[in-house]
Amino acid sequence: MSLLRVEKIARHFGSLVAVKDVSMTVEPGELRAVIGPNGAGKTTFFNLISGFLQPTSGRVIFDGADITGLLPARRVWRGIARTFQITEVFPELSVRENLRIPVEVASGFRLRPWLSRAADAEIRAYVAELLEKGGLAAKADRMVGELSHGDQRATEIMMALALKPRLLLLDEPTAGMGDQETYAITQLIRALHKDSKLTIVLIEHDMRVVFHLADRITVLDQGSFLAEGTPQEIAANEQVQTAYLGKAA
Amino acid sequence: MPQIDKRVGDAVVWLLLVTAPLWLTYVGGYIELGSRVLIYALAAMALNFLLGFTGVLSFGHAAYFGLGAYGTALTIKYLYPSTPLAMLVGVVAATVAAAIIGPMIVRLRGVYFAMCTIAFGQVFYFIAFQWSSVTGGDDGVSAWHRMPLGFGLATIDILKDNKAFYYFALALFAVCAAAMAFLLRSPFGRTLLAIRENERRARFLGIPVDRHIWASWVISCFFVAVAGALYALLNNFVDPRALRWDQSGNFVIMAVLGGMRSFWGPLIGAAIFIVLQDYLSSETQNWMSFIGLFFVLVVLFFPRGVLGIVRRKAAS
Repeated sequence: MSLLRVEKIARHFGSLVAVKDVSMTVEPGELRAVIGPNGAGKTTFFNLISGFLQPTSGRVIFDGADITGLLPARRVWRGIARTFQITEVFPELSVRENLRIPVEVASGFRLRPWLSRAADAEIRAYVAELLEKGGLAAKADRMVGELSHGDQRATEIMMALALKPRLLLLDEPTAGMGDQETYAITQLIRALHKDSKLTIVLIEHDMRVVFHLADRITVLDQGSFLAEGTPQEIAANEQVQTAYLGKAA
Repeated sequence: MPQIDKRVGDAVVWLLLVTAPLWLTYVGGYIELGSRVLIYALAAMALNFLLGFTGVLSFGHAAYFGLGAYGTALTIKYLYPSTPLAMLVGVVAATVAAAIIGPMIVRLRGVYFAMCTIAFGQVFYFIAFQWSSVTGGDDGVSAWHRMPLGFGLATIDILKDNKAFYYFALALFAVCAAAMAFLLRSPFGRTLLAIRENERRARFLGIPVDRHIWASWVISCFFVAVAGALYALLNNFVDPRALRWDQSGNFVIMAVLGGMRSFWGPLIGAAIFIVLQDYLSSETQNWMSFIGLFFVLVVLFFPRGVLGIVRRKAAS
């Protein structure tokens, strides 16, 4: 059974149609890239899946259940985690605390006034593991706000991962990064996908990253579905080339 | 290192508070002044639980401070002359009121939240002001006094012995401060920090933000009500100024003055505010304008408050 099914979803802002009847199906373990020219509605599409926005029409089915009307927090509890195009972290807390909060929330401890020694030790160990995996161990006790853009991004991705999600949504994970940082993040995402068999949907502008990572690609243009297929199919698709490069004269 | 610094800081604070009755008179103070500082410090720390550690500004905490105070005063005067029972009634009344009002305001943010807390606060002020037959209106609730604490065999006379009352207030202050510190270091406390730092991120980590703000609001109002109850006992009197909006403003000033990102900041702020008030109000009617000036200077030059300066010095 598919993990995520988006059925004819649409979102209007007044008379502007940001997303128009887009459907998409993602299988467990898949890495899907969503691409499209500027203004194609990619981020709005993401916001509809994660619950940041409510759709005007259409449905979102996650793991067989209709989650269209659920609040963001409830979608997280079901296993959907996301990052944002502009990095969203807790700037005045340490990297360790940034990771500890989602670990505790995912463990069902968010209302606990205290923790048992055993639970505390378990959480510490898992946080240490995440720090290691994200390449952040050396900076664990620095405030996130002081770190480089790339490290903040890595922190945000590890925060989403700390929730042990079944579906990870990444909104332009390499936006605003240099080549070195882009490479590091790409390797991190690849490792998550290959080693942990995590299902990932990502929006990305950098085509090198997309063609390097994605199993399948969905292309949006002006709010509508344009094409879907393997990287080879998309690269050869004339409609996609037209959308990106403009009509050939 | 910071861990050790913190422990030294805690030790110094507690040492000063415990020994205050011994040295206060030598530095020109008096014991009642010490008690007042403690009570306002508790109120400002309670406010700061919400302001500094959840990132939500309330401008209506005087209402719950006042409910605690009126509940205590009215219980002793009309129902039963027992200090602990009266405090319990006052604190429960204020906490229940906060819990009921909470859901109506927790969806608001920033200045809208602050305005609504003022509005609800003023409702309680006008009730206290107008309902003369019960509250005594503008004259307040007088002709009652706090009762000595009886423990079966022994009695602690907090009524006539100022020192005994100071230590009674200090004991409650200590329990409340410890409870707040404990909560802030818990998983629940960390979700509040998360909300302060970045609400959107918190929401998308699975924290139901509005419900957590409600919980923080009720906890904060509970502790400010304890302070209010002590305030009524200290003065053996309460009047509507205890729950007027400028009282709420004083709590905010104390928290910001001392440093709202640090646990002890509001205590420092309250001490400065109360001592300045005590000294200046015997010199001039316009004491508030001097406190205001001092506040403006601190906010302009040390936006992190008085404790923020100390911290920065320690760090460099």
